[in-house]
Amino acid sequence: MKELRLMKGNEAIAEAAIRCGADAYFGYPITPQSEVMEYLMAERPEQRTGMVVLQAESEVASINMIYGAAGCGKKAMTSSSSPGISLMQEGLSYIAGAELPCLVVNVVRGGPGLGTIQPSQADYFQATKGGGHGDYHLIVLAPASVQEMCDFVKDGFDLAFQYRNPVMILTDGAIGQMMEKVELFEQIPRSETQPEWACVGKPATRGRSIITSLELDPNRQEQFNLKLQKKYREIEAKEVRYEKIQCDDAEYLFVAYGTSSRICQKSVQLAREKGIKVGLFRPISLYPFPYEAIESLSKQVKGILSVEMSAGQMIEDIRLAVHDRIKVQHYGRFGGMMPVPSEILQQLETQIIGG
Amino acid sequence: MEENITLEDIIRPENLVFQKTKLFTEKPLSYCPGCGHGVIHRLVLEVLEEMGISEQTIGVAPVGCSVLAYEFMDIDMQQAAHGRAPAVATGIKRVFPEKFVFTYQGDGDLAAIGTAETIHACNRGENITIIFVNNGIYGMTGGQMAPTTLPGMRASTCPYGRDVKSMGHPLKITELIAQLPGTSFVTRQAVHTPGNVRKAKKAILKAFQNQKEKKGLSFVEVVSNCNSGWKVSPVQANKWMVENMFPFYPLGDIKDV
Repeated sequence: MKELRLMKGNEAIAEAAIRCGADAYFGYPITPQSEVMEYLMAERPEQRTGMVVLQAESEVASINMIYGAAGCGKKAMTSSSSPGISLMQEGLSYIAGAELPCLVVNVVRGGPGLGTIQPSQADYFQATKGGGHGDYHLIVLAPASVQEMCDFVKDGFDLAFQYRNPVMILTDGAIGQMMEKVELFEQIPRSETQPEWACVGKPATRGRSIITSLELDPNRQEQFNLKLQKKYREIEAKEVRYEKIQCDDAEYLFVAYGTSSRICQKSVQLAREKGIKVGLFRPISLYPFPYEAIESLSKQVKGILSVEMSAGQMIEDIRLAVHDRIKVQHYGRFGGMMPVPSEILQQLETQIIGG
Repeated sequence: MEENITLEDIIRPENLVFQKTKLFTEKPLSYCPGCGHGVIHRLVLEVLEEMGISEQTIGVAPVGCSVLAYEFMDIDMQQAAHGRAPAVATGIKRVFPEKFVFTYQGDGDLAAIGTAETIHACNRGENITIIFVNNGIYGMTGGQMAPTTLPGMRASTCPYGRDVKSMGHPLKITELIAQLPGTSFVTRQAVHTPGNVRKAKKAILKAFQNQKEKKGLSFVEVVSNCNSGWKVSPVQANKWMVENMFPFYPLGDIKDV
């Protein structure tokens, strides 16, 4: 039977964590995502499923607790917001380097620095291009609704374990804080077993399980990097996700993810009321980025407006996809400000149609 | 008769009176001759073997000279980022409360970059064992000043001696964490004489037994030498350690609940 609830995005993340059979959550409070740990603590997941929830002394500690639990083959996750995610970059690099599965939620706020607690999309570069040191990628999913906040927790863990790679849900303060109807999936039991690579204590019957990202021999470290790159190519080939809204007859295109894509849906409606054929392309996986789908749309439309709550970050990937075939411009509000549908349409008219 | 003993006689299995601990791998130790790490590794492994818990044990290696501890110990291990071993160990212990979890850390790792993780793991009373090797210097990176470098002691980043007015005082982190209610057993040992080795082993054994009894965090500091970093011979290093390190870092139990 369907279980429907009205929930905040942050609460949906937390409820989904318990329901997908997560083993552990380690986190540190930061606005605008503190409801995740508050909800978990109030729910007593140690009684519901045996899931561990611990408030760490810092984001540096919480991501390293994730490393330890993930190294044991357990489903471990954390959530934070921009300044806290910056503190986690060291740990994320080690997790990527040790090929550990985990889920990290970034409820983005405006920066740089302490910035603002209002929503933003200015962590796109950090999330999709690596973030920490070394050649690595997180798999990045961008929900645009509270429903997707819930669903992507489960999908994120599945991807993390399938590829032994950290997964990030890149969302923002608007989706984290807003309330919507959510259809919750049924409780999935926590796994009784761990993957064969997990660090669980060495029985006499097998060799040691060592979780490390260290390889002093540069030849072997290069080989390891090539193995990682091969994995990333596989992820790029198989895990691209996107949504096309009214793109079939579109002459112009908005490209936007997350909260911006929600606002752009209204802009599409306003444009079509004026007789302008506009579609919306919503990348769902930001890494891997849907280059091919955008390239193929660039043969159909006359111009693209990239709409982001940043000074223009995803636009670089769109331009890579489009190969200068058509005009691609950016419109964004940032530092915690959000655009309204009419100003986005106006920007399309001035920058793309009239430009 | 003794004159007739050949090398072949000596290495006959029936003449074997001492062997490497089974839990050592075949990999030769990478530590400098005279360094305490090899002995301390051995004591940890002997304790795991004697308690029969090696299959339930997960170790955490730090960044520092013992970064490759997992190559020498025949148990499951995780290598942690610099200073983060107590957080990594927390993550492991929380998902596997019945397993034995220990960190093996040097002074730079535990008392400088990892101070927050150390203090908070101790304060939460994580039911783990911390082995803390204090030689007053950063060994692996080539002998830089550590948080535990003594006043006036020379290191590559304090070539004229540690000036406490500008460089701060050596941190007695072991005394500091003994104040926290989460720690149950806090001790300082050394391994430069057979007597001290026996005492250090007893302390490490107790630290793991405490874990079995769920007593909270046990913390064993081992004051050690770094003859390469201190730029003296192994014998001189031990002498210097006794004369200079021990007065500042006195040996013995600090807390035993």
